[in-house]
Amino acid sequence: METRVAETGRKVIVFRLGEEDYGVDVQQVDSIERMQPITRVANVPDFVQGVINLRGVVTPVIDLRSKFGMPQKEHDESTRIVIVHTENVQVGLIVDSAHDVMHIPAGVVEEPPSGLGEVDARYLEGVAKLEDRLLVLLNLDRVLSREDVREIQKED
Amino acid sequence: MSDQTYLNVFVEEGREHVQRMNTLLLDLENDPENKEPVQELFRSAHTLKGMSATMGFETMADLTHELENVLQQVRDGVHPLKDETMDILFQGVDRLEMMVEQAANGEPLADVSDLLSKLRGGEEEKTAVTQQDVSFDGYERELFETSLDNGYYVFLVKVTLSEQCVLKGARAYMVYEALEKTGDVAKAVPSVEDLEEEKFDRTFHFVTITKEEEQHVKRSLEQISELESVDVTALSRDALKQKQGVTAKGDVTAKTVRSAPAHKAKATKSIRVDIERLDALMNLFSEWVIDRGRIEQIAGELNRADLTEVVEHMNRIGSELQETVLNLRMVPVEQVFNRFPRMVRDLAKELNKDVQLEITGADTELDRTVIDEIGDPLVHLLRNALDHGLETPKERREKGKPETGHISLRAFYSGNHAFIEIADDGAGISRDKVLQKALKNGIIDRESADKLGDAQVYDLLFASGFSTAEQVTDVSGRGVGLDVVRTKIESLGGSVSVQSEEGKGTTFSIQLPLTLSILTALLVRTGDETYAIPINAILETGKFDRSEIQKVHGQPVLRFRKRIVPLVPLHEVFSVPQRDGGVHNDSVFVVIVKKGDQLTGLVVDELLGQQEVVLKSLGNYLNQVFAISGATILGDGRVALIVDTNALIQQQEAMAV
Repeated sequence: METRVAETGRKVIVFRLGEEDYGVDVQQVDSIERMQPITRVANVPDFVQGVINLRGVVTPVIDLRSKFGMPQKEHDESTRIVIVHTENVQVGLIVDSAHDVMHIPAGVVEEPPSGLGEVDARYLEGVAKLEDRLLVLLNLDRVLSREDVREIQKED
Repeated sequence: MSDQTYLNVFVEEGREHVQRMNTLLLDLENDPENKEPVQELFRSAHTLKGMSATMGFETMADLTHELENVLQQVRDGVHPLKDETMDILFQGVDRLEMMVEQAANGEPLADVSDLLSKLRGGEEEKTAVTQQDVSFDGYERELFETSLDNGYYVFLVKVTLSEQCVLKGARAYMVYEALEKTGDVAKAVPSVEDLEEEKFDRTFHFVTITKEEEQHVKRSLEQISELESVDVTALSRDALKQKQGVTAKGDVTAKTVRSAPAHKAKATKSIRVDIERLDALMNLFSEWVIDRGRIEQIAGELNRADLTEVVEHMNRIGSELQETVLNLRMVPVEQVFNRFPRMVRDLAKELNKDVQLEITGADTELDRTVIDEIGDPLVHLLRNALDHGLETPKERREKGKPETGHISLRAFYSGNHAFIEIADDGAGISRDKVLQKALKNGIIDRESADKLGDAQVYDLLFASGFSTAEQVTDVSGRGVGLDVVRTKIESLGGSVSVQSEEGKGTTFSIQLPLTLSILTALLVRTGDETYAIPINAILETGKFDRSEIQKVHGQPVLRFRKRIVPLVPLHEVFSVPQRDGGVHNDSVFVVIVKKGDQLTGLVVDELLGQQEVVLKSLGNYLNQVFAISGATILGDGRVALIVDTNALIQQQEAMAV
């Protein structure tokens, strides 16, 4: 996969889901919020937890574990809502924790190997091989594709 | 900062403003037509007023206040700028300069009462003039129109007191009393309170609704002494329309900015503002509305008169602020209409039809959101009119119609709504064909088909899976039908209907709300969740005994005013977890909602009360959720979903067939 990453490297926000670290380009992250009351919305896919009041803007929140088919985990002190956006949509992603901003140097990102962990490969942009760990880079356009929402709504 | 530091800042800035005012006054004197310096002067005076009031320099604040008043008259062009006025202004600024220096030296400020009275002399004239504005808001207009419909007269009574009149308030009261004897006084300008307190010069207006003739009304006032003149003008429907926020006839005076009518906007100065900024303002305002709701609630609980008074005032300001903010979002529908003449011309050519498109009311203003969304439905309806509505020139000739067809696109306000109509003088829609088609497509059954009135038959056009075009053409009929148009318009909070006469033509009428963003809603609880139901969809609410609920084909129903109303438990629609494992009380709350003449009862656990809420979208990600039209933020910061009652009623309908 030839990406713009190749030349300069970039900054990502790192968050944790289960045993793995995931990264989202810092430019797509608006803020990181603590857990807060979520208003449930009926008749939407299960992974959509509901909506929150993000400083006056009603923002949908997705449970990333549920989206990726991972087992559920109780929300705790370190649970965060990472507010991200793509061209058209803004949503919050519920993650186990979020702590780092990391620089990914050029040339360490490889295509995601098939059968990596539990996450559907189409949601991934690549894997960054860092000195001490692997960082899975998410393709937000695919994660937040509205097709997913529509398909499930139709099934209902 | 110490007091001394504050004082230093004050003196520094004060000197700057005084200097600036001097320069500006000179500019003004050289070119009295140019109002720009006045605006600047006004700003400087205003700033000085605020500064001096903060520092406790009352006399200086008074002086700047009076200067502001004079400047306002000059700015509004109330009377031509006279040399005397210039002199007074210069004197005022000189005094200000003196005061700033006195303040700097810690001396007491000089007395300025002599100058104040001179300045106030001018002000009284101004009050007299601007208060002659008589304009009506939507509610008043509606009231007057209804009165006219019911055979009453609506008169605008203009009374001028004679110059010698001493007890002005008493005279005004006598006029009021006299009018109350012949009819109802519906409006007073200035307000009755101001009249009582003599806060007017010599002229005031009443609007009275009465059964009596003009002459009689006039005669009843003639017995009151010290009146210089009494003008009684009958207000007709047309006159009312013109007075939608416009000055009354005969009172050609400077208009205040607030009452400037929409279509005059072009003549005034304007600035371009990024829509995002307006949205931000809207967001801030909506948070304010939420907080106001909270304070109102707290005030209600505390039951303190002074607090209640403040809250009431906040409410009044709130409504004005709301109107202002919403007006900022209004855009003339022209923006959408502009592209239609070309489109219609090209289409007509393609279809070999002759058509003239007439556009009226392009200056009608709609909320920005509506403007953005209304284009597609209108294109669809126009294509329909051209393709299915209008006949070919040959057919028209044979029918004895002019060869050139006519399509009119009309936008206008009526009541609290804006309307857009698309009318053609084409073949019209055949009632029988519509029925046949609906039967064929299984939209209705034979039995119900016989009972339908004309309006209901035409309504079938909007049912999904319906298209009356005999064959699919390039222009329309690509599987996208009028149901899409209806869905779109309903998502904007509007409705669409069609009238047609075979052989004469068809009219599609779209009704749109004037404001989208703020609505009154009833908050209800089901389980542990709160939902908002728009008030305008609610017919009635009530507490019913469980035994009153009957079942028809397994569907719970309620007898309500001799009708059978299907019930929808809200917790089922939204799969709400039930409290207490679903143990029920003996009674339930039902919110009866309406769509046209169809009713459905929503069953909820509790009615939480009525509140103004700000409609927010759920965002692009969740752009279509069943039975939810949006969300709002409650006083406690939580999000409550707004129920789309139309979707629920439609679902009931679908199930009933």
